[in-house]
Amino acid sequence: MDMQPALFQYCLQLGDNNLILGHRLSEMCSRGPMLEEDIALTNFALDHIGQAEALLKYAGEIEGKGRSEDDLSYLRSVDAFSNWKLVEQPNTDFAYVIARQFMVDVYQCLLYPKLQKSTNAMIAGMAGRFLKESIYHQRHTSAWVHRLGLGTAESHRRIQQAFNNLWRYTPEILTAKPFETLLSAQGIAPDPEELAMDWTVQIIRVITKAGLRRPSDDFVESYTTHTEHLGPLLADMQYLQRTYPDAKW
Amino acid sequence: MEFQKKLHEFQQYIDAEEKIEPKDWMPDDYRLHNIRQISQHAHSEVIGMQPEGNWITRAPTLRAKKILLAKIQDEGGHGLYLYSAAETLGISRDEMIEQLHAGKAKYSSVFNYPTLNWADIGAIGWLVDGAAVTNQLSLRRTSFGPYSRAMLRICNEESFHQRQGYEIMLKMVKGTPDQHEMAQDALNRWWWPALMMFGPHDNQSSRTTKGMLWKIKRASNDELRQRFIDKTAPQAEFLGLKIPDPKLCWNEASGHYDTAEINWEEFNKVINGDGPCNRERMEHHKNVHAEGAWVREAAAAYATRKEV
Amino acid sequence: MLQSNSSHGSVWEVFTQKKSGQPYQHVGSLHAFDKEMALDHARDLYTRRDKPSGLWVVPASEIIAVSPGDGAPFFDPSDDKVYRHPTFYEIPEGVTNL
Repeated sequence: MDMQPALFQYCLQLGDNNLILGHRLSEMCSRGPMLEEDIALTNFALDHIGQAEALLKYAGEIEGKGRSEDDLSYLRSVDAFSNWKLVEQPNTDFAYVIARQFMVDVYQCLLYPKLQKSTNAMIAGMAGRFLKESIYHQRHTSAWVHRLGLGTAESHRRIQQAFNNLWRYTPEILTAKPFETLLSAQGIAPDPEELAMDWTVQIIRVITKAGLRRPSDDFVESYTTHTEHLGPLLADMQYLQRTYPDAKW
Repeated sequence: MEFQKKLHEFQQYIDAEEKIEPKDWMPDDYRLHNIRQISQHAHSEVIGMQPEGNWITRAPTLRAKKILLAKIQDEGGHGLYLYSAAETLGISRDEMIEQLHAGKAKYSSVFNYPTLNWADIGAIGWLVDGAAVTNQLSLRRTSFGPYSRAMLRICNEESFHQRQGYEIMLKMVKGTPDQHEMAQDALNRWWWPALMMFGPHDNQSSRTTKGMLWKIKRASNDELRQRFIDKTAPQAEFLGLKIPDPKLCWNEASGHYDTAEINWEEFNKVINGDGPCNRERMEHHKNVHAEGAWVREAAAAYATRKEV
Repeated sequence: MLQSNSSHGSVWEVFTQKKSGQPYQHVGSLHAFDKEMALDHARDLYTRRDKPSGLWVVPASEIIAVSPGDGAPFFDPSDDKVYRHPTFYEIPEGVTNL
């Protein structure tokens, strides 16, 4: 594998994760459990969409085919998206929103400091900007994991269930992809295995402190790139661009 | 006697353009008038998140998505500033939400209309926020301190809302024939509801007199409505769009635009719950409130637990 | 202490400091159930546009205020203590740096 396509795929994956998660969060607007939290979730959405914008713009530049961040967001089909299955999962309830977000926050808080040291100056620069946002996100969501885990019997049941059901999407996060391994060898990206280990330790530490059980690894690992949920999400997101291909927005 | 004296002093204080603060003496009517107006204003901001929210997931570019999200987030924030201002008068947020759900508290009729195409997002920013800001600019001088301070903050933050709406309209009229058609369609549907936002004619509005006397309201409904029409008509012309009012024309003598009469029957129906989307808006708010209950209960339980 | 008086938690007052060295100013209120949440919400609500150098949240119930009836005796006395202001004092011409 060449360096350039690997770098493209890497930025695309980071960008897609942020884009799809940002989209899911944007669906929560006017649906928060209280007005203050509604506004907090919108801030998260804005941060992730902003990160996606920067990463996809750079991905397009690396690819060199003249695709903009909007082209990459609005004109690709399901199979061309490289986001984790975790981030495309629906907002089943507030516990799912928090569990999903928390897992991503922990990952980004581990990833970005390492990317700040990337030999690729562009990536290092972006990571520095993103890290500030992710640190705040993690502070906010880990507080909620505690509140829900230790709050009422119902909140405990719901957050436990959210972790249990989302856990089957973690192997994808924990398995190094060829392009990650390649970039890691060049000092562009961090060692994916080390990252995976740190991530698991941190997640387990917080959920245990919140009185929750470590979800069981006893599931059939999905071998598809995506779940059923990404298609409808894209149909919604890409509707205007696809319906009016000549329009400028 | 004592009451008359206090009332007289209160009026003098207001006439001197001083602000009333929550703990100051005030007539019950003044308190109730403010609670009603501020909570209605707060509910409008919060319910207003829904029609625009309908297009967040379909915003056509990342830039448009960010702008729309930030704008709707502002509306939520403004609702919150206003709930807080009303709370200083001794009503809780819970009570205000109960009144909303019971249909006792109203919100702006305009949010009971549907958003059917992307240009509606432009039209809402341009016309609905334009109308709202005309009213809010005048409310910065309202006599109740917390309301006035909330208005100041809101007006500062709203300044980008109308511009982003007009920018969308500009892009739509300069775009494909489809887009141009969407823009005209949006203007056709939003023009009259926007004018209705200013409320009934002055001679029909029972509350205007007292509101003006106590300087809660600083300009009359008709005055504000005319101000809005006068500044908006040329903006429509610049876009090359036609305002759906055959009688609209500039009156040299009065220095204002003349217009046709608003359909007050429609206005009354929408205000009283029979508009195109009243039921959906209320249903959405009630559902979200109910679905959030377990989260709020958990947070309350956790807070108690932590203290022990 | 932080009794939730409603299903939306209790009311907190928010103060921000625009630049370091400047006084903290009241900017608004919010609802929250605990301290961390109050701070998070204050950040999301009141620092969206400008980045302050400091942020305080205070439970509204913990603020002690002068009740309006007591206003006059509380504040009026400071009106007539002119000797607290520098202009009260006579300094002969020629004396500088005072």
